[in-house]
Amino acid sequence: MKLSPDQKLDVLEILNDLEHYRPRRKGWTWRKPVEDQPIGPFVYNDTSEGLKHSIPLPSAHAFGDIDPQCNCVITTEIASGRFEDDLRRMRMAAWHGADHIMVIRTTGQSHFDGLIEGTPEGVGGIPITRKQVRATRKALDAIEDEVGRPINFHSYVSGLAGPEMAVLFAEEGVNGTHQDPQYNVLYRDINMHRSFVDAAEAKKILADAGILQLDGAHNANATAKEAWKVTPELFIQHAVNTAYSRAAGMPPELIALSTVPPTAPPAPKIRLDLPYAVALRELFQGYRMRAQQNTRYMESDTMEATITHVLDTLISRLTSADIQSTITPDEGRNIPWHYNNVAGVNTARQTLMGLDGLMAMIELKQEGPLRDQVRELKERAVLFLEEILENGGYYAAVEAGQFVDSGYYPERRGDGIVRDPEGGDGAGTVVPRLPDYGAPVCSHFGHSVYAGAENKPCADYGGCTLCDPAKIQYIDETDPVDNVSTRLQRPLAERAAGLLRPEVEKHGDGIVCVTLFVPERPEIAEEVALELARHMGLQNPEVISRRLMHPAEGSVFEVKGILDMAIEIAQLPIHGQEVPLSDGEIEAFVRPREIHIVAATVGEDEHSVGIHEILDIKHGGIEKYGFHCHYLGTSVPLERVLDVAQETGASAVLISTIVTHADVHKHHMQHLQELARERGLREGLILVAGGTQVTDEMARACGLDAGFGRGTTGRDVASFLVRRLREAGR
Amino acid sequence: MKSIERPDDFATRRQRLQAMSDEELHAYFWSLAEKIVAPLIEEARTHTTPSIERSVLLRMGFSSIEAGRLVEGMTACGLLGHGAGRLVLELAKTKGVSVREAGTALLEGRHWEELLL
Repeated sequence: MKLSPDQKLDVLEILNDLEHYRPRRKGWTWRKPVEDQPIGPFVYNDTSEGLKHSIPLPSAHAFGDIDPQCNCVITTEIASGRFEDDLRRMRMAAWHGADHIMVIRTTGQSHFDGLIEGTPEGVGGIPITRKQVRATRKALDAIEDEVGRPINFHSYVSGLAGPEMAVLFAEEGVNGTHQDPQYNVLYRDINMHRSFVDAAEAKKILADAGILQLDGAHNANATAKEAWKVTPELFIQHAVNTAYSRAAGMPPELIALSTVPPTAPPAPKIRLDLPYAVALRELFQGYRMRAQQNTRYMESDTMEATITHVLDTLISRLTSADIQSTITPDEGRNIPWHYNNVAGVNTARQTLMGLDGLMAMIELKQEGPLRDQVRELKERAVLFLEEILENGGYYAAVEAGQFVDSGYYPERRGDGIVRDPEGGDGAGTVVPRLPDYGAPVCSHFGHSVYAGAENKPCADYGGCTLCDPAKIQYIDETDPVDNVSTRLQRPLAERAAGLLRPEVEKHGDGIVCVTLFVPERPEIAEEVALELARHMGLQNPEVISRRLMHPAEGSVFEVKGILDMAIEIAQLPIHGQEVPLSDGEIEAFVRPREIHIVAATVGEDEHSVGIHEILDIKHGGIEKYGFHCHYLGTSVPLERVLDVAQETGASAVLISTIVTHADVHKHHMQHLQELARERGLREGLILVAGGTQVTDEMARACGLDAGFGRGTTGRDVASFLVRRLREAGR
Repeated sequence: MKSIERPDDFATRRQRLQAMSDEELHAYFWSLAEKIVAPLIEEARTHTTPSIERSVLLRMGFSSIEAGRLVEGMTACGLLGHGAGRLVLELAKTKGVSVREAGTALLEGRHWEELLL
């Protein structure tokens, strides 16, 4: 399957012959770092190989549209509930630099004792099934070919079906996963014995498949009352999962710590979070760091979230990160919208590019408060471990409420999570292996009569699915209604009919968001904002963000609602819009050619702001490309404009005409081309008009070559001139 | 059950750790962590669960639905401690059929009485 940048992802093609699709590789892939890499006008210290197709950061156009890629993997988390919509979101994120796609599971899957099959819709994520995983891997294989970099696909091996999920991931080419039995115990109340026994088998399967494992310690941060006080315990959660993984046969290079800076401003974030980050990396040397961004203190203000995430990413650069994960800036207000996945990815890559080479210039002090706090955190962590053993081990310590206590350990406030080792979901399901116990398969952990033999444990029957994928049993659908084919009916019909709706999450969901400032005290202002949204035709309007500007002067609101209408593409008066040439391309044409331009505001018209915006170098006008601009001022007669054009041998004339009384602007345009014709200049002279009421259509109707209206930039005009001069072979 | 409350007595508790170098402290940290996981991993080595057994049957070429039904049946018969995979493989050997044929027969309700006889 091959994607073309100008074609939408074809979900039907992805679903076609899925039964026989096999992943082309297994295991995790890191980016390929390139030291001292020249890219555009700069040499970068901390980048990796570039992409074939991507969308650069907005300011890149000023630097030749470069798109340097940082040296760590960038994660985005995807949770729409429908995998077919997730695929488009993944493609957009990949074009913006994401190469670790983490698919969130539907609410409740952890408590499902077994695998789910088919393509049912999820809530807050998708049910992870073989079909959905395979379809996603197939799409990601095509997307990675399109962007030119491997994409790591990731989901979760937790809950009651960990070992089965691990087998599924190994078989289907999933590259990364969360696996941490403590998450089951503390947050899901799944029986501890079941969680740890399952985890060893799951970890062995993951290790053999080269799948990168992330732990679950970041959740302690996200749920803690005062997140900066949970730091001593975080070391313990990382250590328990890491030591357990090693004991189950996982090599250190496949173990990644999921770590998040605990605080957010106005807390003194760097002062609190940096010592923790340093201590963690020192204690866990040799393991990978997956640096997550803070969610604990996210409110609905996306700008505030973004700034916190920039600071989180700064901590990654001040210490280290193998994976920089991203949080969408809207996670504090709703299930993330797809364009906010892109926003989150861009926060990380913009920050990382801006910080390129930082650590070659500075270093963290080896004496003073940073070192003192690093040491203190490590000692607090050691004391925590000692108490676990004093309590009688891990299970007993959880039963005694030692975990997720809100005190700053060794302080304890008596509010930790308490679990009964013999209780919880799945209690009583752990069975002792009898002496003749056997598991005739590869990647099995622990006692088995088939282990240790000369041949593979699966040799007796010709190989297990990990050796012979043809044996994998594929189930297509189990529900005749709740499946992708049913869900695709409306989108496919609408696409065939050329209908388009706005969306933020799922195909054609109609959701739009408007920003409104209302100059009144907040209670009234909010009602007004909602009423205005209703008048705009938005159904179910809901304020998703409110920010007080002043108690009496007003508040600004973001209101989402459903715009229940579709636009028929065929009925649109679409005018062909040209993409302007790049700055570099324009300049390369103009500089060597000595091109003269005459410009003026014509008629009885004293407006000069617009034309200056187009011409002047300080406004980014066309002078910067090397055009020789002769600006004649305001209220200039057309005759004089053409006189100067003749004298200077100008290639183009730009007139600005703002006043429109009695259609005087149209008259100027017509008259300009008549005069030019009379003087025999028209053939060699490009005639352009600009003004707030001018349109390209209108200018052409008046006999000119082009017209430019509101919002035009110097680059638009320069781009037009260069194209026209090129066509004329000048 | 309510857990204990205790003020932050770090200043007192840390005293015996202060003499350790950073390297010694790191080594001590990891020795404690390994002690904590040792009994957990031993339990995993010597025990199994329905999910582990279903994962074994998946690897032997059964679907998730088939694996679920087989493990349910074996649990009901008190046979899971032998290993679901071993039960199916040994049945296949006894009957001279493939592993899938043996599993399918069990799913059809046949040969349960012969498992590991």
